[in-house]
Amino acid sequence: MTRKAIETTVGLFLLIGVAAMIWLALKVGNWSPATTHDYEVTARFDNIGGLTVKAPVTLAGVTIGRVASIGIDADDYSARITLQIDQAHDNLPTDTSAAILTSGLLGAQYVGLDPGAEETYLEDGDRIEITQSAVVLEHLIGQILIRTAEEQDR
Amino acid sequence: MNWLSRLGGGVITAVQHLGRAGVFLPGVIAATSMLWRRPGLLIQQLYSVGVMTVLIVVVAGLFVGMMLGFQGYYTLVDFGAESSLGLAVALFLTRELGPVLTALLFAGRAGSALTAEIGLMKATQQLEAMEMMAVDPLGRVIAPRFLAGCIAMPLLAALFSVVGLAGGYLVGVGVLNIDGGSYWASMQTGVDVYDDILGGIIKSLVFGFVVAWIAVFEGYHAESSTAGVSRATTRTVVTAALAVLGLDYAMTAIMFDEV
Repeated sequence: MTRKAIETTVGLFLLIGVAAMIWLALKVGNWSPATTHDYEVTARFDNIGGLTVKAPVTLAGVTIGRVASIGIDADDYSARITLQIDQAHDNLPTDTSAAILTSGLLGAQYVGLDPGAEETYLEDGDRIEITQSAVVLEHLIGQILIRTAEEQDR
Repeated sequence: MNWLSRLGGGVITAVQHLGRAGVFLPGVIAATSMLWRRPGLLIQQLYSVGVMTVLIVVVAGLFVGMMLGFQGYYTLVDFGAESSLGLAVALFLTRELGPVLTALLFAGRAGSALTAEIGLMKATQQLEAMEMMAVDPLGRVIAPRFLAGCIAMPLLAALFSVVGLAGGYLVGVGVLNIDGGSYWASMQTGVDVYDDILGGIIKSLVFGFVVAWIAVFEGYHAESSTAGVSRATTRTVVTAALAVLGLDYAMTAIMFDEV
């Protein structure tokens, strides 16, 4: 192999290797440099069920953001979650409601937003006041059992 | 009492070996700076360490990806989640199998060759001849091989993952008839660029560094005999493989701690 041929193949190797890395980041990791254009709003729930960080936040079924963090509010023992929403959807009314829903019967949980009718819009750091907690299967079964027991008593 | 003293002797030799490798490393890293003036040496080594390893990495990646396609499918189909096959294959490859298997192949294909080459140079007294001519063997022989290993390894690991994903696609979409769109879509929603992709790249960087370090060290400190070179080559492959697997566990435990 001449020196020129070696240099060319090494150059090709470096190119392919770096291209593979970039392809992994862009196509597999879905990395886009513009992800910083998000704003955050918080919401409080009595029970978040099996919601996890990075779960999708949807509006009319379309994913517009992710759950950024999950914590406990020390004052009233409720769950406080932070939603990271794409800046492109900065026109959510302040009376938007949030509900924790389940995709499919036993699928992953996500946050569904339902826009209200106010003229003012949610901004970074705002709080969503109207929330609906996750449905916990055991509570549901418990309620059904109590109801059937009451009906039998009658 | 004899076995006790032999055990103690073994431990002392191992610690001494490690210490010698630690003393050796700063000299090698310092010597890499001379490669700015002689990039031709590095290119030559990138060819024999990197380019020559591409074929084995591509073939192995393809087979591992196809295997993951089958195994992932038969595991996931029980849960009705075969549409997440792309995610499973991608996480396996980018987090673990890409860096680890590439490092093992790299140690076997390139690391052993490095050790044998340097060891033979030492056994035939070429290194001493260089010193006689006031050429620093660390800069001239060791540094380009070490740096080439550090550069080539992450690129090879990325290549392994990409080819493996293609192999998983071939089996998943071509043979097992899952939807091609959901293969990519599940991957893109589930793979995190910092946790998974960057984590894998960091792993492959560390593995490349460690394997290259072990290979050049074992070669440089090989006994000057035929048997010594062969022992050093064996030690390179064994030590590098163990170091890669041990470090992989440690890094996985640290990186994915809070997830």
